[in-house]
Amino acid sequence: MKSLSAMPPWTMPALAVALVALGFLADPRLGAILAVWLGAWGLNAIMASRGRGAGVRFFVPLLFGATLLGLWEMAVRLYEISPIILPAPSAIAATFAENTPTLWADFRQTILKGALSGYVIGCGAAFLTAVAIDRSPFLQRGLLPVGNFIAALPIVGTAPILVMWFGFGWQSKAAVVVAMVFFPMLVNCVQGMKASEAMQRDLMHTYAASYWQSLLKLRLPTAMPFIFNGLKICTTLALIGAIVAEFFGSPVVGMGFRIKIEVGRLSMDMVWASITVAAMAGTAFYGLVAFIERRLTFWHPSQRTG
Amino acid sequence: MSATADTAAGGGIGALGRGLGRVSGAVLPVLTVVACIIALWYAAAIGLNRAWTLDTAQRQGVELTAGEIIADAMSQERPVLPAPHQVAAELWNTTMGEPVLRERRGEYRPNPRSLFFHAWQTLAPTLMGFVIGGLAGILLAVGIVHNRAMDMSVMPWAIASQTIPILAIAPMIIVVLNSIGLEGLIPKSLISAYLSFFPVVVGMVKGLRSPGAMDLDLLRTYSASGAETFWKLRLPASVPFLFASMKVGVAAALVGTIVAELPTGARFGLGARLLTGSYYGQTIQIWSALFMAAICAAALVATLSLIERMTLRRMGLDR
Repeated sequence: MKSLSAMPPWTMPALAVALVALGFLADPRLGAILAVWLGAWGLNAIMASRGRGAGVRFFVPLLFGATLLGLWEMAVRLYEISPIILPAPSAIAATFAENTPTLWADFRQTILKGALSGYVIGCGAAFLTAVAIDRSPFLQRGLLPVGNFIAALPIVGTAPILVMWFGFGWQSKAAVVVAMVFFPMLVNCVQGMKASEAMQRDLMHTYAASYWQSLLKLRLPTAMPFIFNGLKICTTLALIGAIVAEFFGSPVVGMGFRIKIEVGRLSMDMVWASITVAAMAGTAFYGLVAFIERRLTFWHPSQRTG
Repeated sequence: MSATADTAAGGGIGALGRGLGRVSGAVLPVLTVVACIIALWYAAAIGLNRAWTLDTAQRQGVELTAGEIIADAMSQERPVLPAPHQVAAELWNTTMGEPVLRERRGEYRPNPRSLFFHAWQTLAPTLMGFVIGGLAGILLAVGIVHNRAMDMSVMPWAIASQTIPILAIAPMIIVVLNSIGLEGLIPKSLISAYLSFFPVVVGMVKGLRSPGAMDLDLLRTYSASGAETFWKLRLPASVPFLFASMKVGVAAALVGTIVAELPTGARFGLGARLLTGSYYGQTIQIWSALFMAAICAAALVATLSLIERMTLRRMGLDR
């Protein structure tokens, strides 16, 4: 903006110092928090405007995240916030380290058994359905709007019904995950199957390619970016489904069970430790799918670097 | 004079015909798919509820014909899977059959038997959260586009946060907020604000960056300032992206509110209906609440599409 760039370069630092001074006058603790925040932000701004390249691109967000954690810790300590409301990051880390076996058991029950099996079954079924209706443009035209509509619905609300049907074990969680991932995946697959261009299909036709040859050699490869988009969306949905379904009934192990029980016992540090596991699992799961995508669809424009 | 009237009429009829053609081209396949789903549902309902029917009949020592089994499987009071017409009847009875307000001790209060009341209890925080989340998302997107440090710091975390199952911890956030004295509308709308926030940020950033080098060069030849570029080029260019992401965001906001109502012992709202239904085995009530949620989601998205179409038409962007 012109108004900003017209100001002398010392305007922003001067404003920041004035703000910190005001904070100290109002409340020394607020001043300290403001000083750390603005200092880290200034460092980030300098690095972002000076540096280029991978190192800066990696370090700037890292510093930002670390600053947020530091501010959280400072706020909890300085204002003596009760651990029942918001535990400090250090307390959460300590709980995490102490309860690793419990968290690992929860992780196995919820993620490895519930979410992963449901994810594989749901995405697989959606993919096969998309291939099955591939020959009928009529069904595809009907299924796209209906699927898009159902994908926007609160399907997670079927969790109580499915827990009633399939019992408290991991099977019911897998069923909820299947119900949640099926339609988003189906819509993406159907869209992907339509992604090949008329020219490319004509070329296959001139080669006298059979239906299966054209499916395997042209349409499935062009559908890959769409399929992976669906797979990536579904990773988060699968975790949400598995955890929420456990709120409605579960054996005495599982991340949803742990969150529900520990909220009741007001031990928020354990709840936050469970959330940390969920966040790490979600990011790792997404990262894994994105990694496979990069290896398989390296030819697509969206994967180009630089 | 008459010739112009004729062509105008002909054009009108032609447009009508094209419109009808377009509608039937989309409607017929959709109706077929919906009919397939309903048929599958009936088949599943009969298959799942048959066991109970046969069990009762065996205990009473009665032989049932196939017709009787089917009739009974579709009219149980607490079926495993209610038949579509049972859900439709329950929906009708709890919306049209019940007054929204009920007189009690001389004053009119909301009637907790009316599904409209529960739907409103869920919609109000959804709308409030959506407005908060949408505005915050737009502001953050403007900051990200104009400030390099903000872009590099915030954007990776915004994307990473998409991979975290936030929804799963929504109930816990509600409990914590309740314990510090925040109750009612605000905790629920905070959840939906959080969920509608990120689609809007991502879509809006994409939209604000959508003007090409040619457009930006043109504005530079006009010696436009940064603010002028923003108001006259970037903001108008981002509107289609904004609407697309708002439609995703409002659906997410509704899901967020419903999940936020689930394990917190909320007494009113669609999530509370789901929960009480699951506690007392009232499957028909669960399904009617689910359908009400679906109707709400459809209404929200349809309203946004309507506003989108009107806005884009006035901007001359519709196809």
